[in-house]
Amino acid sequence: MEFSLKVNGETRVVDVEPDTPLLWVLRDELGFKGVKFGCGVAACGACTVHMDGTATRTCVYPVEAAAGSDITTIEGLAVDGVLTDVQQAWIEEQVPQCGYCQSGMIMAVSALLAETPNPTDEDINAAITNVCRCGSYPRIKKAIQTVISERGAA
Amino acid sequence: MASQKKKLTRRKFLLGTGAVVGGGLVLGYAALPNQTKDIAAKYKGNGQVLSGWIKITADNKITVIVPHAEMGQGAHTALPMMAAEELDADWDLVSMEEAPGMPEFANQPLAEGFIVGDKLPNILAPLINKAFYSITQAMDLQITGGSTSVRFTGQYGMRVAGAAAREMLMKAAAKEWDVPLGDLSTEKSHVYHRASGRSATYGSLADAAAEFDPNPTPTLKAKADHTLVGTRTVKRLDVPSKVDGSARYGIDAEVDGMLYAAIARVPVHGGMITSLDDAAALAMPGVKKVCNLGYAHAVVADKYWRAKKALDAVDIEFDGNGNEGLNTDAIFARFARDLETSELEYDIDEGDFSTASGRLVEAEYAVPYLAHACMEPMNCTAWVRDGVCDVWTGTQAPLMARTAAATAAGLEPEQVTVHNHMLGGGFGRRIHAENDYVAPAVEIAKMAGAPVKTIWSREEDMRFDEYRPAVVSRFAAKLDDSGKPTAWQNRFSDKREPVEAPLIPYAVENQSIGYVKSQSHLKLGPWRSVDHSQHAFFTESFIDELAHAAGADPLQYRLSLLTDAPRHAHVLKTAANAAGWYTGVKDGRAMGLAVHESFGSIVAHVVEVSVGGNGMVQVHKVTCAVDCGEAINPDNIESQIESAVIYGMTAACYGEITIENGQVVEGNFPDYEMVRLAEVPGIDVHIIESGAPLGGLGEPGLPPIAPAITNALYVLSGQRVRKLPIKNYEFAATA
Ligand code: FES
Ligand code: FES
Repeated sequence: MEFSLKVNGETRVVDVEPDTPLLWVLRDELGFKGVKFGCGVAACGACTVHMDGTATRTCVYPVEAAAGSDITTIEGLAVDGVLTDVQQAWIEEQVPQCGYCQSGMIMAVSALLAETPNPTDEDINAAITNVCRCGSYPRIKKAIQTVISERGAA
Repeated sequence: MASQKKKLTRRKFLLGTGAVVGGGLVLGYAALPNQTKDIAAKYKGNGQVLSGWIKITADNKITVIVPHAEMGQGAHTALPMMAAEELDADWDLVSMEEAPGMPEFANQPLAEGFIVGDKLPNILAPLINKAFYSITQAMDLQITGGSTSVRFTGQYGMRVAGAAAREMLMKAAAKEWDVPLGDLSTEKSHVYHRASGRSATYGSLADAAAEFDPNPTPTLKAKADHTLVGTRTVKRLDVPSKVDGSARYGIDAEVDGMLYAAIARVPVHGGMITSLDDAAALAMPGVKKVCNLGYAHAVVADKYWRAKKALDAVDIEFDGNGNEGLNTDAIFARFARDLETSELEYDIDEGDFSTASGRLVEAEYAVPYLAHACMEPMNCTAWVRDGVCDVWTGTQAPLMARTAAATAAGLEPEQVTVHNHMLGGGFGRRIHAENDYVAPAVEIAKMAGAPVKTIWSREEDMRFDEYRPAVVSRFAAKLDDSGKPTAWQNRFSDKREPVEAPLIPYAVENQSIGYVKSQSHLKLGPWRSVDHSQHAFFTESFIDELAHAAGADPLQYRLSLLTDAPRHAHVLKTAANAAGWYTGVKDGRAMGLAVHESFGSIVAHVVEVSVGGNGMVQVHKVTCAVDCGEAINPDNIESQIESAVIYGMTAACYGEITIENGQVVEGNFPDYEMVRLAEVPGIDVHIIESGAPLGGLGEPGLPPIAPAITNALYVLSGQRVRKLPIKNYEFAATA
């Protein structure tokens, strides 16, 4: 079946079964390999993208439900090649280790900070439940604080 | 440790398992002219390969060829840094490429490190390197594991290669300008003759430099002259690609005309398919082939989701090979029985426990099987055609992957090309102990007659891992009137590597450490820090029990026994002081500590814990001290220790693979829980540069975390956790 998807500002048509998880459509049909497969059961967050600005785990999200939404993947975060402040903070704090979880982390954190500019520790703990098997969490926490304080100063 | 102890060394171990060393000791790096030329010939592209792993092009760019995989540990930055330091390279012009899986890049320094230990004498002939060359080829090294990259490849490879290349460039300039070598200096990828004001870029000298043979024993820089190594100025080269989605892992490989496969092993480990009905699956959309591999079945389709759905439509029957009735309790009962009845082999057997005097203290500990749960599930893309095979995957051991692929494809290793990718986690999983992802993928691709990417589901990845072994370990000690141990006896079920893992740094006169062979039907493999991950929990728990039995402070008790291990004592004191061991903790909290040496580094952790209102154990703070000899990349050391602490916390608190009916129960993160952001403690790392030989860092932070936590829980609650994970215990709320 054909579906028309708006990804990173561009509309693309894919021909897949309606129950195909958006994850595999983004990766294999549309080439957004930054979206990662980690668990397939919405338990790790590696596959997180923004659907109309909301962090969404795509491994359990059927493509038929995605038509009509504005989808942003990690590849679509930077504007004209300029990384977002979240991405820059990730470099500044040298967050990634193996890096495999980081697309999902960055998407989850970006959505959180867009919705809640000054999150409490509880807000952060509740929102960022992604798994990082390499344990980059201490640096993720630091990077989040860096973004918050820089936005506050701006 | 008393020197006359029958202490096993890695050398003995390796020699004992059949490797032959061409006559003894070695010099570090094989800057052998022939080998360099072999590499230069095989490593295509422009530019001159000067000394093993360094390529310089006319535009003055330097590429450091790194024979290790990047799995998050920072090897792709630390190794080029070490080469660039000795080379006096301009860091902004340095990039890295991972070496292809070819024997010429086998990590000789790694093999040497394994065989001779850390103390490489600087004199003995380069010719022995040739012996190592063949050993590494034979052993399929080029491994990333054992915390070896920086320690061996970096220290004995990259540094020497960098310094040798610098010498060659200077010799080229001296010849061209007809000036004495001694009048030349180097800085930021230029050679200078200050007296005449002449200078030349490395790039312009590269061709002439290649005419000289690399010196296998060049002079290395003094630490005080370092401008890159040991500083925090260098950012990791791999990080930018990991924040914009452009980093490419094995699972991202793309080949024209590629199909996808989903795979399912026979659920009972060791079982084989007896019948397979593929009619329904073959009728599903996009399905190209159903493969019966005997131990597994797979469906090949034009899309992964189609393959995955059709996988469930294949009907199989299997024979569990007698393992159908096995469960976790039966496996642990087997360990216990074998400990009573099987023949012991000894790591150490000194003195006589039975005649040693003193009060008897005994304890038994156990740890479960653990999965690696790399964030990137296992996957491999393969294409077998016309006598060649290409493999795209993430591997910690490309040469082993090559051999595995060749066997599966029915080809010679030379006919196989391994395209290594970034690893979404390694932790020992991608080292091919049981060769369980490259070979199946190659078999499937061969059957399909097309390039095929086989992706393991998380459940398949977790239920068919090469597990960290479960172990039971029993201890007995005798304490004299002052509470000091006069005898230490340890018996445990089965042993892998490194052999020294169960040894203790404490001065105890009578020591007997032995094991029996006892295994189950599960496949086992190295897991971050290998046997250290189990034995540090055992030994650091038991020494803590002895301290409490003696009515002593656990820190003072250990220090009083570390008379032969001053580095351990210093590390422990550093962590304890920084944590405020004697200043006390908030109400409802308690501290615990542990220290352990692995892979040449000594790490101590002091943790602060409480139990929350929901009965959940909370680790508030971990203060770490690490003596790794020298700090190459301090920021990365901190990140590796943080990583190991969290990986170890997950294991200590939650990690448990259990067996029912011969099958692994846990299949995904909901049932194999991970520490997440909310639970992460403050982690404070103190680096000690003792000047000891360079130690590893990817693993040594892990072993002492579990006992530090359980030792703290004992102080907090009076309950001793003797069998991990902690989640199986109940604690009353304290805070
Ligand atoms: S892959 Fe989607 S949450 Fe894990
Ligand atoms: S950086 Fe490896 S899983 Fe997060």
